[in-house]
Amino acid sequence: MSLQATTSQTVGPYLHIGLSWLITENLAPKGVPGERMLIRGRVLDGDGRPVNDALVEIWQANAAGKYAHPRDPQAKPLAEGFRGFGRSATNQDGAFRFRTIKPGPVPGPGGKLQAPHIAVNVFMRGQLKQLVSRIYFPGEAANAKDPVLALVAADRRPTLVAKAVKPGMLEWNVILQGKGETVFFDC
Amino acid sequence: MKQAKAAPQMEVTGYRRPFPGTQPGYLFPTYAATVKRAPTQPLVILPHTLSELTGPVFGHDEVLPGDHDLTRQHKGAPIGERIIVSGRVLDQNARPVPHTLVEIWQANSAGRYPHKVDQHDAPMDPNFTGAGRCLTDAEGRYRFVTIRPGEYPWGNHYNAWRPAHIHFSLFGPAFATRLVTQMYFPGDPLLAYDPMYNCVPDERARQRLISTLDWESTMPQIALGYRFDIILRGAEETPMQTKR
Ligand SMILES: [Fe+2]
Repeated sequence: MSLQATTSQTVGPYLHIGLSWLITENLAPKGVPGERMLIRGRVLDGDGRPVNDALVEIWQANAAGKYAHPRDPQAKPLAEGFRGFGRSATNQDGAFRFRTIKPGPVPGPGGKLQAPHIAVNVFMRGQLKQLVSRIYFPGEAANAKDPVLALVAADRRPTLVAKAVKPGMLEWNVILQGKGETVFFDC
Repeated sequence: MKQAKAAPQMEVTGYRRPFPGTQPGYLFPTYAATVKRAPTQPLVILPHTLSELTGPVFGHDEVLPGDHDLTRQHKGAPIGERIIVSGRVLDQNARPVPHTLVEIWQANSAGRYPHKVDQHDAPMDPNFTGAGRCLTDAEGRYRFVTIRPGEYPWGNHYNAWRPAHIHFSLFGPAFATRLVTQMYFPGDPLLAYDPMYNCVPDERARQRLISTLDWESTMPQIALGYRFDIILRGAEETPMQTKR
């Protein structure tokens, strides 16, 4: 049996009414193990203008590289209090932010480890379905061998790697069009 | 002793790609806001790894029993026609999607959102916020009590009006099953003119966004029922490799 999946539709401009209750900008309350960091960024449109009505959602493994999900078969520890889900709505400057911990590596195609990364969904008015991207980490040797980064043209890969702003703070922007356009995935 | 052969345990290896014409692209100029917000570079096809095959799990400690009733969030009853909106969340393999989070939001009966961006000159309703949520049950069923939303104008083109709709957000079992959509009402003459509704070429895919009048969920003397079933992406599965 095969049904067809329901057609995606935009979140529209009033998404906050239904989705703000679950805003989660701090993913890792006190006691969750891992390297703590603030990841901040902006969403910019084709004119370089801030998108002030976007919603950014992230999904990540804990510091051990384990997802808090029954389908993760790895014998790695779960971190109490850490779900791995974040949701942030952009402000007038198009800015979003997450306080989290750096995820550990998780297996990729063929069981080979992927470089640490965070999966991202971006929703906004003017998009009939969400954009999918990933955040990788700067100075990570494993990036050079990551099977997903390897699918991306070398000159566009930097758009997927966050920049270190200062210790404990990373910047990762969503550039929708033009120079430095972020790599988006067909997920 | 002969052992009964158990059904092979299945391992999810990925999620199906959409049937052509049933999912929108990003650039759709008749919906003007897509022009400056659609990516211009081709998308990179993402193999589904553990990161895409897993996703956030939500529980009953977060969704409260009354969260599904949008008519009881304030002192009084909201103005408008009370309705029941219910249905099932299934995957493409026709299996129910149990215990998954469903979030909805909608305009009030006059077509107005309590949102600073909404400047439409229609009355607010102090007894209606227009947000609800619930978890599907073990059979993938969900149910909301609300009021029928009004149509409203928007700035996309001259004399643009949105058909009556309810916004839906669903997670499903994985990052790859995340879906945001809109539910419409049967017989709405505005559907033919709505760029969002017409974003995909497949007519039947569009029609599946329209709920149906549902006598089964209608409560006599109280509220008409509308049924809206939602299909999330289905998993591709192979028998689990088990070591002997
Ligand atoms: Fe709407």
